[in-house]
Amino acid sequence: MSFVFLVEQVLNGLQFGVMLFLMAAGLTLIFGVMGLINLAHGSLYMIGAFAAAATAAATGSFLLALAAALAASALAGAVIERLVIRQLYDRDHLDQVLATFALILIFSEGARWVFGSFPLYLAIPEALSGPVTLPFGIEYPRYRLALIGIGLAVAAGLFWLISSTRIGVQIRAGEADREMIGALGVDIDRLYLLVFALGAALAGLAGALIGAIQSVQVGMGEPVLILAFVVIVIGGIGSIRGAFIGALLVGLTDTLGRVLLPGLFGLLLDPAAAASVGASLASMAIYILMAGVLIARPQGLFGSA
Amino acid sequence: MSLNRETTASLIVMAALLSTVLWAEATGEPFTITLATRAAIFALAGIGLNLALGMGGMVSLGHAVFFGIGGYAMGILASHAQTFTPLTTWPILIEGTNAMPVIWLVAVISSALAALAIGALTLRTSGVYFIMITLAFGQMFYYFMTGWPAYGGEDGLSIYVRNGFPGLNTLDPIQFFAICFAFLACALWLYIRVDASPFGLTLSAARQNEARLRAVGIDPFRIRLVAFTLSGAVTGLAGALFADLNRFVSPAMFSWQTSGEIVIFVILGGVGRPIGPVVGAGLYVLLEHTLGDVSDYWQIVLGAILLAIVLFARGGLTGLVLGRPLPHG
Amino acid sequence: MGDATPILEARGLSKRFGAIPASRAVTLDLRAGEIHALIGPNGAGKSTLIKLIAGDLTPDEGSVYLGGLDVTALGTAARAREGLGRTFQISSLIPEASVLQNATLGALGRLGQPYRFFSRALRDRALRRTAEAALATVGLEELHQTRSAELSHGQRRQLEIGVALTLAPKVFLMDEPMAGLSAEGARQLTGILSDLRRTAPILLVEHDMDVVFALADRISVLVAGEIIATGPPDAIRADPAVRSAYLGEATP
Repeated sequence: MSFVFLVEQVLNGLQFGVMLFLMAAGLTLIFGVMGLINLAHGSLYMIGAFAAAATAAATGSFLLALAAALAASALAGAVIERLVIRQLYDRDHLDQVLATFALILIFSEGARWVFGSFPLYLAIPEALSGPVTLPFGIEYPRYRLALIGIGLAVAAGLFWLISSTRIGVQIRAGEADREMIGALGVDIDRLYLLVFALGAALAGLAGALIGAIQSVQVGMGEPVLILAFVVIVIGGIGSIRGAFIGALLVGLTDTLGRVLLPGLFGLLLDPAAAASVGASLASMAIYILMAGVLIARPQGLFGSA
Repeated sequence: MSLNRETTASLIVMAALLSTVLWAEATGEPFTITLATRAAIFALAGIGLNLALGMGGMVSLGHAVFFGIGGYAMGILASHAQTFTPLTTWPILIEGTNAMPVIWLVAVISSALAALAIGALTLRTSGVYFIMITLAFGQMFYYFMTGWPAYGGEDGLSIYVRNGFPGLNTLDPIQFFAICFAFLACALWLYIRVDASPFGLTLSAARQNEARLRAVGIDPFRIRLVAFTLSGAVTGLAGALFADLNRFVSPAMFSWQTSGEIVIFVILGGVGRPIGPVVGAGLYVLLEHTLGDVSDYWQIVLGAILLAIVLFARGGLTGLVLGRPLPHG
Repeated sequence: MGDATPILEARGLSKRFGAIPASRAVTLDLRAGEIHALIGPNGAGKSTLIKLIAGDLTPDEGSVYLGGLDVTALGTAARAREGLGRTFQISSLIPEASVLQNATLGALGRLGQPYRFFSRALRDRALRRTAEAALATVGLEELHQTRSAELSHGQRRQLEIGVALTLAPKVFLMDEPMAGLSAEGARQLTGILSDLRRTAPILLVEHDMDVVFALADRISVLVAGEIIATGPPDAIRADPAVRSAYLGEATP
């Protein structure tokens, strides 16, 4: 296992991690501010991917495709916030789970109805295709490197938004005390709509960006949603910083686990058995990480007790 | 024993299910019997979940784990019997089997152990954490089974002949239905008894007010853990029966959709009502069958119904008919 | 009034939240047959002290003794099993359960029988006897079947005490049992508490000074996390430190 290969895998892990962060950030913000668990967040990811794929197919422009993904997912987020989610803020978690599960059914079957069951493909834009040469002669796909860059930029933007803007102050106030912000004269309805649409747009952006390296299809959102939950459990609910660290941990653990574990078992078992045991265990690695965090710190790494 | 409203409703619904099947048998409609069997098995899984969710307030989105473990208990044992290869030869010889009672026992014990382990980890948390973590554990098992080639990996396992039960022809739809129905009736009886028992009172207290429970000297964690284990065992048994109904198991039994469906059975019918999951599973199978014939996109309708129930009819179907549950006992 | 052996004892309890000390070396005891009232202005640390004694919080320093046994390391549930009967400031009952079921829950805890799956909770003789006796003591025998969520405020306070009674506790720990009661309700409850001290001594946190001075055998005054005086009502009333620190603020 060469150094170059290892660096490549670490970069892959980072890329996976920052994309997970885009999902987890929205989820954790929505939970932190509104106290809502949103299972339909994966559907918003899917909507972003489909909007991007359809727009790219029609116009040939990747930038327009990204814009369409952001617009479509933010709009879908705003619509469901107005029609459904708003009724759920004062309900218990069971009602929230069920209503948002119902939304998954509706969005998934709706997408199947409109786009069919076959996957769509979103091409990597010309300017970002092909490899780029990094120091030590490491060749790495330009597009994936761009994903890392975009993810880090969005993360930085989000930290800035929350720490230094008026909206950020309101969001932090909302996390601290929901009744307080109303008393301070903040328009809660508007704030909630804004936060929900922002979370939706982040999910849609992630869906579009990932859509170019995986196929775009119904059901693509939920596995990512569940990984984002693992991220939040590890990082601590409501903490953007926790979501960031958790996302990188999960991205790296998963990617490196898949590469390293089969090799590790290869030292003990014959190659075929090592490959299958290693692969099975690698698919469990992040959950084992989650279980470890739960035992040591049930409230997550950055959660308040 | 005097019959209260809940018990009466339970008897009526069970009698309706039974008469549907007897009528189908008389008119020669085996497919209807298979649908009723499917509903009975789903209802059993739902009653399992209802122990945790309805009585104990534990919103588990990971009950597919136990359903799947029950399914694979059947799949693994029967596939070894099918190929005449032992499961292991060391440290002791374990052979496959196609005897249902053994399979059930293995399914119940292994899903109970899984529930004990998962519960011990997840019940340290509550609220949204619990929901997210149970969902994540479900996904872990799903990927594990997908990646484990020994038992079919992604493709699953087919069992060519339904497993046997002494004295019955399990391939006859109505005889297999009888087995499933008997388990369902037992589970319903168990649920009703536990609901009125000291344990049921304690568990529902754990759901409603933890501080009160501690103040009378009872640790809510252990109460929940026991309930979660029992709940997993019942759902695991349903999984084994479901595998035998289809003569097929696949990682899809572990998927988050399966977990969601089990929750839907409980909610459609009415959470915390003994008969709720039976009504819910019956309605689900009915919708799946009738709407599935009309449109491939029937789940849109299911989604809309579910949404309507959550937003406007929180007690589910049973709640609409019977109103709020009374304090019982 | 009562002998001098303490049944409940707090020795040097201290608790800080960050830089803020909420309890500072609090020492107090509760003897057989007495009502020992704990008073103090808002923010004096009464809630913290209650939680330290009940086991919701672990002290940074000091220990709690119950019936001579060091229970500092035990959690809330274990202390309840050792005989700490607690009532909450805000009624803490099982809302969907009936009055009888609430009391039965206490009996279950006391008899250590929550893991029985098939017998019927309300048909068990021992459970039923314990629950009914406790409900009769607090005057709720007519309301067995009422859902506790439907009780009046005063009845909920009575049921709180009834549930604590089913535990056959060594001591009662009552956090503002009179809160929110009408004058009539308070008078009725005062009567119940006055008799109850013969069953087990009561550590009473209470805001209503009329009640405190009518009921208490001894009073401790907590100010800024510290006990500044302990003694019989007359002595407390005359204590200059108390007058300036507490009564001075409370009565203009």
